[in-house]
Amino acid sequence: MDISLQNIEYRYQANTPFERLAIKDVSIDIPNGTYMALIGHTGSGKSTVLQHLNALLLPTEGTVFIGSHEIKAKQKNKNLRQIRQRVGIVFQFPEHQLFEESVEKDIIFGPMNFGVSEADAKVRARLALKQVGLSEEILEKSPFDLSGGQMRRVAIAGVLAMEPDCLVLDEPTAGLDPRGRKEIMDMFYTLHKDRNLSTILVTHSMEDAARYADQIVIMQQGQVVKQGTPVEIFSSVPELVDMGLDVPEVVRFQRKLEEKLGLRLEKTYLSIEELSTAVAELLRGAPV
Amino acid sequence: MMEKMIIGRYVPADSLVHRMDPRSKLIIIFLFVCIIFLANNFTTYVLIGIYTFLMLGLSKIPVRFLYAGLKPVLWLVLFTLLLQVFFTKEGSLLYELGPIKIYEEGVRQGIFISMRFFFLILMTSLLTLTTTPIEITDGLETLLHPLKKVRFPVHEMALMMSISLRFIPTLMQETDKIMKAQIARGVEFSSGPIKDRIKAVIPLLIPLFVSSFKRAEELAIAMEARGYRGGEGRTKYRLLSWNLSDTLQILILVILTILLILFRS
Repeated sequence: MDISLQNIEYRYQANTPFERLAIKDVSIDIPNGTYMALIGHTGSGKSTVLQHLNALLLPTEGTVFIGSHEIKAKQKNKNLRQIRQRVGIVFQFPEHQLFEESVEKDIIFGPMNFGVSEADAKVRARLALKQVGLSEEILEKSPFDLSGGQMRRVAIAGVLAMEPDCLVLDEPTAGLDPRGRKEIMDMFYTLHKDRNLSTILVTHSMEDAARYADQIVIMQQGQVVKQGTPVEIFSSVPELVDMGLDVPEVVRFQRKLEEKLGLRLEKTYLSIEELSTAVAELLRGAPV
Repeated sequence: MMEKMIIGRYVPADSLVHRMDPRSKLIIIFLFVCIIFLANNFTTYVLIGIYTFLMLGLSKIPVRFLYAGLKPVLWLVLFTLLLQVFFTKEGSLLYELGPIKIYEEGVRQGIFISMRFFFLILMTSLLTLTTTPIEITDGLETLLHPLKKVRFPVHEMALMMSISLRFIPTLMQETDKIMKAQIARGVEFSSGPIKDRIKAVIPLLIPLFVSSFKRAEELAIAMEARGYRGGEGRTKYRLLSWNLSDTLQILILVILTILLILFRS
């Protein structure tokens, strides 16, 4: 399912003294199966863009295409539910949305709202629980008795059980320890690869963006300022620094090395493995 | 979703009403709520109306914004009007259609009562629109101070009030967030059969309760950690100052009261 935002604009509280322009003239294309990272500072409009991806916010200007649906500004839009079934959103701190008395009931809540039968939903719940790395034993427990990390996983399972075609993640690992962070990010990546799931990740972490994404979009003050593959984006370090953004450690290391040795590697490497191979080759070939 | 709600919301501006002392505003509102019941004929309602719109003008709150925010309340006013018109059976018969009978007194009462309601809402919203919650609590605490003599926990009450006012926006934001999360999970809050819509509130309310309790506990711990111990001997960061304009405003209201007493029938 392709998603495309075309020249969208969104104003919060339009026509009141509190009116605020959140995003302006944003155009982003997300072809089916893309893993896209959306990067920017707090208040850059990332979350606003994200909420347009499943029609939680409707643009005040411009058009959003989601699969075969077209959402135009200033028009009555129907069938938003169909869109929401196909685009799953994992919000920041998703554990805040838990409410049922058992983990199982909470996970099947989403699928059942979209008309999946209870039996099917329960099968999906077990599968989703496995995907997020929890055992079936907790199905009968109250979600409020779980640890913070487990609650986060249950909430994510609740979104996965809806079996969306596109997954939107709003800083899904905020507040987790480094290990849990990596586990969850790897889990989303596996899902993306196995099911050809379009994934849109909103994040502060350049490392995550460099490691997982095919495409990176950088936002600043409600506008898209840069868009490209990770290699393209991270090739121009000074520009990123100007925007006050971080550069992944690997890239920083490579630049320092290049500076010291007074040469330039042929491309920008984004993983430690790739970079170390390249450096090893360089050293082997270099005159001592 | 709650963007248009203006009840309890503060609109910053630099106006005569904004600059007034919260104590005088509270006194005025309290008196206004009392004297509005003095009005019982056309002239007195016009007087009240003039006063209300005068205050509104002085506050520099955009009328369009006020209208958008009060629209839901206007339905309530309209409802009151219809209720009076249809169910008061006094005075001479004006109109009859089958079982529906409209009496003169009903129309009169309906218009007066809904006007009274309308002015009350306008004036009280004006208080919260032009005064920050902190100012209101400070004002209230000072005004109620004499009640300390009868062991009324004035400071604690003011604290409770300021805490709850302080957390209204937070709660609203959170409601919005959880609402969106549940909409993304297929809940319909604004369409579908009424039974389903009532049910849809549960996935919203439970997370809100859970987080409110958590927040209350965290706040209590944070306050204790900073050595908070109630109001005894506590000094104030913001000092209230009573100006000439406050006295004048109260005087105007007193004049209005006298006029109301003179012109009421």
